Amino acid sequence: MGEFTVHRVRFFDYMPSAIRAVAFNPRTERLAVARADGAVEVFNFNDNYFQEKVIPGQDGRAVEALCWVGRRLFGAGLNGVITEYDLENLRPRYTVEAYGGPIWTISCNSQGTHLAVGCEDGTVKMFEILQERIQFQKNLDRMKGRIISLSWHPSGARIAAGMMDMIRIFDVESGAATHRLLVERGMGVSRSTEVVVWGVVFLSDSTIISGDSAGKVQIWDGSTGTLVKTHLVTKWDVLALSVSQDESSVIAGTSEGTVVQFQFISATVGQQDKDWVRTRTFKNHSHDVRALAHTDTAVVSGGMDTQLVVRPLLDKVEKNTQESALRKIAFPHRSLVCCAKKAGLLLFQFSDHLELWRLGESDGQGTPGDSLPVKRKPEKVMELKRRGEDHICCSALSPCGGWLSYSTVSSVRLYRLQHDNNNISINKMSKLPKELRSVHQLCFSSDSSKLFASSSQSSVVVVALSQLECKYLHTLKHKSGSRQPVHLLSPSEDGKWLATANTDCEIHVYNLHKMKLHCTVPVYGSCPTAIAIHPTTSHLISVHADQQIFEFSLLQKEYTEWSRKLQKQGLHPLWLQRDTPVTHVTFNPANPEHIILHDTFMFCIIDQSLPLPETKTVLYNQLTLRSLPVAERIRQSHAFKICKSFQHLLCVSLMEDRSLVVVERPLLDIMAQLPAPVRQKKFAT
Amino acid sequence: MVEHADIRVVHRGGSIINFRQPVVTNDSRFLLCASGECVKVFSTSTEECIHNLQGHTDLVTGVLLRPSNHLQVYSCSADGTVRLWDFTDGILIKTYVIGYPICSLYASAKHEGVIFIITPKLTDKRSELFQLVAVHLPQSGDQLVETRELSAVLSNVSSKPAATAFGQGGEYLASVKGLQMEVYFFRKEKSYTFSLKEDNKKGGRNTFTCVACHPKDDCIATGHEDGKIRLWRNFNHKKEYTYSTLHWHHSAVSSLCFTPEGTNLLSGGVESVLVQWRYNQESQRDFLPRLGAAITHIAVSPDGALFCTSHSDNKISIIQSCVKVSAVIQGLVKGESVKTDLIVDPRSKALVLNGKPGHLQFYSLHRDKLLYNLDIVQQEYIHELGLDQFEVVKAAFDASGSCLATVEERQQKGAELEINLKLWAFDEQTQSFVLNTTISTPHDARITAMCFRHDADCQTTMLVSTSQDGHFKAWQLAAAAHTEEEGPSWSCDFVGAYHSLVPKCCCFSADGSLLAVSFQEVVTVWSPASWELLTTLSQPPGAIRDLCFGRLSCSKYLLGTTDSSLLCCWNLLTCSLEWSTSMDVSLLLSDPLSENMVAFCCESGCTDLFVFKPSEPRPLFSQKAVCSGRVTHAVFAPREEMLESCEESSQWLNRSQLYFLTQHMDLMTFITKVEEDRLMASSKQLVIDDSVAMTPFYLLLGKHRQEQQEDQDAVSSQSSERAPLPHSSVAIKELLQTPAHVLPSTTFLCSMFLQSLLIPVTDNREEKKHAEEEMESEKEEEDSSEEEMESSASRPEQASGSGLAAELAAPTLTKAQSRELRRLKKVDHSWLSELLDS
Repeated sequence: MGEFTVHRVRFFDYMPSAIRAVAFNPRTERLAVARADGAVEVFNFNDNYFQEKVIPGQDGRAVEALCWVGRRLFGAGLNGVITEYDLENLRPRYTVEAYGGPIWTISCNSQGTHLAVGCEDGTVKMFEILQERIQFQKNLDRMKGRIISLSWHPSGARIAAGMMDMIRIFDVESGAATHRLLVERGMGVSRSTEVVVWGVVFLSDSTIISGDSAGKVQIWDGSTGTLVKTHLVTKWDVLALSVSQDESSVIAGTSEGTVVQFQFISATVGQQDKDWVRTRTFKNHSHDVRALAHTDTAVVSGGMDTQLVVRPLLDKVEKNTQESALRKIAFPHRSLVCCAKKAGLLLFQFSDHLELWRLGESDGQGTPGDSLPVKRKPEKVMELKRRGEDHICCSALSPCGGWLSYSTVSSVRLYRLQHDNNNISINKMSKLPKELRSVHQLCFSSDSSKLFASSSQSSVVVVALSQLECKYLHTLKHKSGSRQPVHLLSPSEDGKWLATANTDCEIHVYNLHKMKLHCTVPVYGSCPTAIAIHPTTSHLISVHADQQIFEFSLLQKEYTEWSRKLQKQGLHPLWLQRDTPVTHVTFNPANPEHIILHDTFMFCIIDQSLPLPETKTVLYNQLTLRSLPVAERIRQSHAFKICKSFQHLLCVSLMEDRSLVVVERPLLDIMAQLPAPVRQKKFAT
Repeated sequence: MVEHADIRVVHRGGSIINFRQPVVTNDSRFLLCASGECVKVFSTSTEECIHNLQGHTDLVTGVLLRPSNHLQVYSCSADGTVRLWDFTDGILIKTYVIGYPICSLYASAKHEGVIFIITPKLTDKRSELFQLVAVHLPQSGDQLVETRELSAVLSNVSSKPAATAFGQGGEYLASVKGLQMEVYFFRKEKSYTFSLKEDNKKGGRNTFTCVACHPKDDCIATGHEDGKIRLWRNFNHKKEYTYSTLHWHHSAVSSLCFTPEGTNLLSGGVESVLVQWRYNQESQRDFLPRLGAAITHIAVSPDGALFCTSHSDNKISIIQSCVKVSAVIQGLVKGESVKTDLIVDPRSKALVLNGKPGHLQFYSLHRDKLLYNLDIVQQEYIHELGLDQFEVVKAAFDASGSCLATVEERQQKGAELEINLKLWAFDEQTQSFVLNTTISTPHDARITAMCFRHDADCQTTMLVSTSQDGHFKAWQLAAAAHTEEEGPSWSCDFVGAYHSLVPKCCCFSADGSLLAVSFQEVVTVWSPASWELLTTLSQPPGAIRDLCFGRLSCSKYLLGTTDSSLLCCWNLLTCSLEWSTSMDVSLLLSDPLSENMVAFCCESGCTDLFVFKPSEPRPLFSQKAVCSGRVTHAVFAPREEMLESCEESSQWLNRSQLYFLTQHMDLMTFITKVEEDRLMASSKQLVIDDSVAMTPFYLLLGKHRQEQQEDQDAVSSQSSERAPLPHSSVAIKELLQTPAHVLPSTTFLCSMFLQSLLIPVTDNREEKKHAEEEMESEKEEEDSSEEEMESSASRPEQASGSGLAAELAAPTLTKAQSRELRRLKKVDHSWLSELLDS
């Protein structure tokens, strides 16, 4: 496998923020996730749950609810504003003030014509959805008390609103409340406090299901306004409800971190009258489950513990397939760490600041497995606070360590770093070219002379950097017509090539000498998660969300022999079953046949000179290989050398001096920083 | 050696009643449970055993009410038969011969004439595999019916009865085994299999333990190893089945039961808490805690009013509507091992041994009933597996039964052994033992033996304990010096040792003047008065295993057994070996009431019994292959009254009865033919008493019969032929000991009772056999009179007229009665004073 000196970095205090709302679009199979810091992420459930898009948040804009209307995504939050997101430019398209105080919920009718929002002042406001905008239409009858949750009847004629202590059913046409369902308060101490109906679901047979802060899931007859059944689910709150498309199953998320499923089944075989019965309980969260989505095959839940959990329903999927595996998405599917290979600096990106660290040094010698004494401790060189309200969406550090750049939704900033001895001085470059205004991805060329920035409509802006100024050179464009944002940029070591990938799964390669498109890699059905150009052979390695690996020769403009062999033989099933995407690909200058790539739970060195693993061979064989004699070891080794000794990896990078930088962020550390969960009596404690 | 046919080894008392789920009858009056080779019928209100349904020749493995007739009950047994009983009368109605050992039995209302049994698969002789077989019961008038129509329903089922259940009155059946549940629909003749993963990441052990089906809905409840209960629904789909999980138990759920209306689900396990879940409102549940021991079975009466829980300590609790334990039927508590030996309490003559954890139980062998439990450890017992808690390991009584010594110990992993020696005194007022002294850590290591000095005339009681720490200690009851209000307490009097050898057992001679302590191969004899080592006896090789002084005329002998299969007898006068013989004695025991000694010898997997006198070379009695395995616990229980057996071979059973525990914890005893006959007779009489319902008509009939008898008496020269029993006191006793609820009304009994008292005047003593014959004839007479009644139902005036008249005209005496009274005056009343004195 090769031996490396490893910098095991654990000082990146990355803290994902809590999930506040999710919305699933069954037509496009996209899941939108809103986080507490206002960021909205879009996951593609068709493409192995890949995080396609991230729209950065903004101070003071907490998204409380999300809603898909066709392919359009709307969000609303406690700042009282409805936002439509621009999913091509990864920024809010426009905002509309609702004038009703903080907005708790937003819901679209099944026809896709109207949007209802529930406000703090007790009004349900109707907005008409127009082609480009939304237009306020009317208020439904105003009630005292805030509107916490809303659910349209599938016919679009009625709407149920969860409020404090009650649920109201409105007739949309007249705007009048037709029923008033009083929700019982909790027992004991909580009797004096109002009960909050956190979730409400209006089914097509006029059944209303509600979840409230007294821990009850209640089933009501919406046509008569009577309570049918009460299920006491938890001692704490039921925070979220979601119904399956065929209305045969409802899930409820609780403060205890459990998701409880209710199913509509008949009591005896062959009888027609069905009943809502509490069935399964899923416990995949340690904290509040704030957001729930019921897809056809799975329960998607998220909450305070920042993880998105996809729990397949085993009665809906084939057993023992990839689909039936539980998924936990804890880290973003893109790199938040930038590594200056020559300077030994690390740049960590947070939503509101950047941190620059210098790696520690050691002169000790040791055998593999030892931890070396640290001569110089790693130090935080600099912390750079962002300006403005918008959160940082991307950042880059030049390989020489002399340039630093970051971008928000509205602006790009470029800094010149000067090292003298141990001091670093920073100068902001003013007068940036106006083409650098809204970018999704930043990248420096390997000689630090150019800055690449992906801009709108999949274009890439090239800026030349010199000591004193930066100059706009060119905008690289392709002709495929895709308007999706570029999420990966990879320049070659020799400065000749630049590869870009966008969320339409396209990979374009530009010739930087001629400043024009060199070729387009044949489009593969899965989105690339990492791309890199080999420094010597100029082969483009691309790794996709479905874990496939391709090698494309830029000179011949065709897949290489190795890539064809790999495709013909197929990847190892265990490799395909991994549930986190490869986020970084680099090469080992010492051995051109080595490709280094990593995901959250392993890093792997692919040795192209060795035979590919068969389906039956052991994929994770590094430990057994070590104990074998040399001859046997050679016979048993295969191309995939996988190391699992580092977990929860955010970055693996090879430095100039052949040492490996491994940035870990243990999940336990994240857990430890979370607020305490609700108190539960644990048995035997 | 002669085989003695007239002495048999039998189960007597202390039988297991928690082996299978009990059955409550439709009217909730009776509780039926399998107990060894018979089915016991208990009254749910008085806890008394009413009948034993005897007839099976092997272990009864299932009891089930007949769905089509709620007054009849099926029982199945490992002997390969299914028997149908009338449990109110205790009559065997039919025997169906299946021919294969049966593990459990099911039936449902929808399958008329069919029962389902679980038998071992025939192809596999090792019988690890079991199958569920439907048996069509042939319609035949014969008592013994051979069944031929067997059809297998499910193969590879669990042999546990709780692992199979019928749903919706027989629409489907659910069977669980390991990690799989199979649901078979009878109508569709199709089965669905659902399996669980072995265990999930959170450490749950998903193995199924039991199953129950909802009586109305399609819902199956299954219990699991990790304490979860799953409620399965939609199980008529291969894929879209669903279940919800209930979790309260922390250890395996051992039994589940739905109430007949299906509104509640009951579950129980090792926590010994009965949990009642509301169906469809599972977050609401009720608990009935502190039931005493782990719940093994739960049964509900058909009207839902009574719940019955069987417990691991051989107990059945009857619970009224999940709030109150209304009755407890307690059998002899048998744990995995009896740490204390079997002891007989000299005062109450009760058998004493380990009972509930941390308790000693006092079990009356005579009445086959638990008297009480004495809490020795006096700490809360935590119902959880794998905890090291205090256990009573030794107990000893002094000769009068006024002192009790107990040793409890706890060995925790990595910690030192904790030992407490507790001494108890009998309190006359409370009629129980009161703790006198607690000595913590009396020895540094485990106590190996303990014995009281059996001495009547000595003032102080003395206890000697030997321990693995190489010492033996003598403890004495002495008044505390410094405080006056405190009574006497126990303190150490002497610490003895011998060449730093480890003492194994100790024994006082009958008069208390000698103490023998065995130190490995050496027996040391001490004088307790002066604590002087008198002599040492030794017979190497082999360490001494048991020591025993002879009694009465043989008190000069000391007997010992060694590890090297040697039984030695030393003469204490000459201090020499009198005789020795080579036999592997696992237990040596002396009868406290005679000079007899008993040796259980283990030979080739079986235990042989020898009864001998130390002074005589020939054994009084010997029996080969008493039981399989080693016998390590036995006791002589003194009889309440002496048996007057003249046969030489059974004389040793005259004064006391020998009980022993087999390897499988069965309590066995020896019984003579005579005794057996007597018992049979008395049990028959009980049956007669109970078999006729207590209706006014019956009373009338009784009067009529009495009348008839009196007439007979008058005819047959003054009741000379009628003499019921030679010992009238026995009859009275039996009458008095019969449970009150099975007795006829007192008005009816009164005259009978008086009549029985009148017998002693007539001198002519009849032999027992004659009496029994008489009773038989009496029974026949009854039957015939009943028939007569039936036939004369059309003209009742004449038949019952006289009786009716007698009852109506109670003050005016009939002629016969006045004659009786007159005779009563003349009767010698000396017997009454005798009775009072005795």
